[in-house]
Amino acid sequence: MTSQYPLLSILGIVIVALSIAAFLIYVERRLLALWQDRYGPNRTGPFGLLQVVADAIKMFMKEDWVPPFADKPVFILAPSVIFVTVLMAFAVLPVAPGIIVADLNIGLLFFLAMSSLGVYSVVLAGWSSDNKYALLGGMRAAAQMLSYEVFMGLSLMGVIVLAGSFSLSAIVEAQRKIWFVIPQFPGFVLFLIAGFAETRRIPFDLSEAESELVAGYHSEYSGMKFGMFFVGEYMGVTLISGMISILFFGGWLGPVLPGVVWFLIKTFFFISIFVLVRAALPRPRFDQLMSWSWKVMLPLALVNVLLAGAAVLSRSR
Amino acid sequence: MFSILRTIWYVFLHAFQKRVTVQYPEEKPYLAPRYRGRIILSRDPDGGERCVACNLCAVACPVGCIALQATEDEKGRRYPEFFRINFSRCIFCGYCEEACPTYAIQLTPDFEMGEFHRHNLVYEKHDLLIDGPGKHPGYNFWRVAGVQIGGKDKGAAAHESPPVDVRSLLP
Repeated sequence: MTSQYPLLSILGIVIVALSIAAFLIYVERRLLALWQDRYGPNRTGPFGLLQVVADAIKMFMKEDWVPPFADKPVFILAPSVIFVTVLMAFAVLPVAPGIIVADLNIGLLFFLAMSSLGVYSVVLAGWSSDNKYALLGGMRAAAQMLSYEVFMGLSLMGVIVLAGSFSLSAIVEAQRKIWFVIPQFPGFVLFLIAGFAETRRIPFDLSEAESELVAGYHSEYSGMKFGMFFVGEYMGVTLISGMISILFFGGWLGPVLPGVVWFLIKTFFFISIFVLVRAALPRPRFDQLMSWSWKVMLPLALVNVLLAGAAVLSRSR
Repeated sequence: MFSILRTIWYVFLHAFQKRVTVQYPEEKPYLAPRYRGRIILSRDPDGGERCVACNLCAVACPVGCIALQATEDEKGRRYPEFFRINFSRCIFCGYCEEACPTYAIQLTPDFEMGEFHRHNLVYEKHDLLIDGPGKHPGYNFWRVAGVQIGGKDKGAAAHESPPVDVRSLLP
């Protein structure tokens, strides 16, 4: 199943992904404010909706400064890496039947590969900044990615076993009877936690850690280069939320409303969960982060794979 | 693990609580009568300036934002030739009000004095002086002070008896 109008899908997905990511800056601030009994930005335009435009103008007007001690080519390239990898991962995201850029038969692996490549952006940014805080942030990001990628992949094995395919469209189609969140609940929880770590959002934002590392890997970045990291992070949130709804909540499947709407509703629900968790949870210590990953999450993921495999085997007998 | 979920749930419940933000320009906050805001110079009930240019406020001011020059009018009343408060330095501590012996300098419940240029925050005497007596309506310094000024001899002030001639033997 490939798209009938590939160029249209590409354009549509790029534009929608970028505008959702930009819009998320506003959404997150309003939601955080809601949960902290405040209003958030509500002055620019109706309900503060033009805040996004104001932020963008501000970002473009700022001085785009490259520190003289930085490794210039790498410093300039690093922000684009996260942008490109996340956008590449959007290519395999099936929004609705037929609305997909590339329906690879290894779509899930491609998504995992691209989200792992995203860490290069952070590590290179931290390295090329030639700043101890940035370097510490980059190193933390690398260690965090290494440990969380492992069980992120493993947590999805249950879904793959149940669906019998790596293709994301096939995985959605396999959920016609029952959403995978029910048979694969442990996998869902593990993937959610890994998703937080993958996007380096608040409970796992040790690579940024304002209170310890200034701003972590993007301490030295300003202007639109910082904006790229910013938008990349929000696109990552959108991507992970979309993946959760595809892998565990039946993607575009749903009654009455068209598929695209269902997909957007589910995605936005998980984006709100991301923001809610950010509003609620503090940041763990770095050694706690690592030991949870290797001592708790990884064994749980392995047990989950074992159980899912056993269930499928016993049913096929 | 349970505490994490409970935290998330409690934070979610905040969505249904009243927001504490005061939507400022539309909705003004309540300012207590003793709020320490914009500084003014008040007048006596009879319309004369209360300030006697004693410099105590300028001395009490911890940031040194008050400048004034004393002079005397033809009746012998001291008053400030100029009185200048630099509000870009003022910290609204209210020490000047406490130091003032004549209730002339007072802080008011008003803080809306934003300016685009710093030099516009330097208030001169005609900016500071108001027409009324402020917080102490009945008080008239020159009517209770024992000082002799034109139109009021020694002993003519309120609650004051005429001066005693210590060299006279008459009862």
